[in-house]
Amino acid sequence: MASIDVENVGKVYSGGVRAVTDIKLNIADGEFIVLVGPSGCGKSTLLRMVAGLETISEGEVKIGSRVVNNVEPADRDIAMVFQNYALYPHMTVYNNLAYGLKNRGTPKAEIDARVAEAARMLEITQYLERKPRALSGGQRQRVAMGRAIVRKPAAFLFDEPLSNLDAKLRVSMRGEIKRLQRRLGTTSIYVTHDQLEAMTLADRLVVLNGGQIEQIGAPLEVYHAPASTFVASFIGSPAMNLVKGELHGDKLAIGPAMVALNGFAPTSGAVTVGVRAEDLRIARDDEEALPFHLEYTEELGAQRLIHGTVGDQQITAAVSPEIALSPEMRVAVDTKRLHFFSIDTGKRLPGNVPAEAKLAPVEPVI
Amino acid sequence: MVENRPFLNFLTHLVLILGVLTVVFPVYLAFIASTHGPTDFMSGIVPLLPGDHFSANYGYLLGTGESTAGAPPFLLMLANSLAMAIMIAFGKIAISIISAFAIVYFRFPLRVPAFWLIFMTLMLPVEVRILPTYKVVADLGMLNSYSGLVIPVIASATATFLFRQFFLTVPEEMMEAARVDGAGPMKFFRDILLPLSRTNIAALFIIMFIYGWNQYLWPMLITTEPHYYTVVMGIKRLASVLDGDNQWNLVMAGVILAGLPPVLVIIFMQRLFVKGLVETEK
Repeated sequence: MASIDVENVGKVYSGGVRAVTDIKLNIADGEFIVLVGPSGCGKSTLLRMVAGLETISEGEVKIGSRVVNNVEPADRDIAMVFQNYALYPHMTVYNNLAYGLKNRGTPKAEIDARVAEAARMLEITQYLERKPRALSGGQRQRVAMGRAIVRKPAAFLFDEPLSNLDAKLRVSMRGEIKRLQRRLGTTSIYVTHDQLEAMTLADRLVVLNGGQIEQIGAPLEVYHAPASTFVASFIGSPAMNLVKGELHGDKLAIGPAMVALNGFAPTSGAVTVGVRAEDLRIARDDEEALPFHLEYTEELGAQRLIHGTVGDQQITAAVSPEIALSPEMRVAVDTKRLHFFSIDTGKRLPGNVPAEAKLAPVEPVI
Repeated sequence: MVENRPFLNFLTHLVLILGVLTVVFPVYLAFIASTHGPTDFMSGIVPLLPGDHFSANYGYLLGTGESTAGAPPFLLMLANSLAMAIMIAFGKIAISIISAFAIVYFRFPLRVPAFWLIFMTLMLPVEVRILPTYKVVADLGMLNSYSGLVIPVIASATATFLFRQFFLTVPEEMMEAARVDGAGPMKFFRDILLPLSRTNIAALFIIMFIYGWNQYLWPMLITTEPHYYTVVMGIKRLASVLDGDNQWNLVMAGVILAGLPPVLVIIFMQRLFVKGLVETEK
């Protein structure tokens, strides 16, 4: 167990291509951190720098109190789970799990005990004598996890470990990874491009874009108070609606419509307004609302997504499937849940904390 | 193609049988000839049924050899050929797998030029560089020795290239996983790459063994002592007796003896080869 400190780390590939810029991240002992971002945002590069598979061009990485910049991956006391599992195809599951321990000169009896323990934890005991090709995708995934667990490392590093699984298995493995990490209390860094995976797994999310950190925070913090339009559009499904608006004193103009803000306007002039689909609803006749032109709907079962336009701007709203729809409607906004971003930088405007950001904490179950 | 027409069945079998006959008949003829006495060919008609000199011919050839033609006993030459072919095959595989490992997994200056230099030598057969090679081997005092027979042909661009291509298909994560598991480069090579290359090694062993066994020009050039003759050279010696008739029965017996070991290697190694193909997976 150890904390991990990433201090002003940057990565420049030979040829001058910059992948990662000035990352500063302090991970507490036992914390589950998820690095999330679109492909090419540098999240894997950052993880591989922590693992020691990429050299660190700038800054320092500390595991515990030790600077590991020039330490071989094997000596960093980390274990990694790869996207394609990278199991050794010619070795049995037992040998796959034991290989790292053997290389460290662990006594045979202890290897046996640790492999047995990990296999029991992951329910792969009956497959120990099989070779990886005789296993299903989910079982291979477990073996890959097992290979990390037997080492009892200071940190687990996950590089998109679930993206080769089918959707259903992904959900169940996600739960299992979370449970396992809670149980072992091992510091973990998990890389994914799937925002849902990120939201469900993370103690803290790190949203990366273009090699830089956009926002660090607990999943709900990031969800309810995205630091920029990038985070707003990346986290949450459907993506947050971002429309151009103009603040006139206490009023917000969106296209042809005008909304009273009831005393909440961080600035004046042109802004980017963000509103989540679930914060929009079909308006009653007597309230202030935006004219909405319906284009198409998507059924999610519990919800219905209605896509359309307000003025000339695309808007998606999530409504109950029981509400009758018509081509021209009016949608009302919960003005306390509006997000305002600078139109130039895309950054959240100061003093703009949505009312509902403070949620009841979930007591740890395990 | 799945078709079920009697005529097509007949045609495909006819073609196959013709093909097999074309390949097998000369071999059959050689074997029949090797079982006859020396006078049976005087008439100019090649017999098609086995004669009764089988043990006499083979015994004479293996044990005594045709000393008038300058050929030592075949047993010795077979042993020479076997030693040479095995050393060449093992040497080629060992050298090329290590150089491919270096080229694929290490970053060092002039790595790419080194690879292309090796690759370019693919285009040069032994015959092209035979004179300079002979000079070098002679100056090193390796004429009439096993090292002289083996070392000049022991490097293989083909095998290096094939191993390189194979290593490139091994996922990079495998190497990274091994690094995280505490395996250094040599350990990774021994514990992971080598077992994964089993099928390639088996296939290359067959090819290289036969290549080594069939070496003719090079052994001919550098061996003058009968003690180092190889069996392929021996056949040549048998077939060019000075005055007097060729003893075709003995020549054919020599051909059969020289052809047998490669056949055995293929039959034996093919099992391993197929087994490897079925068992490995990346």
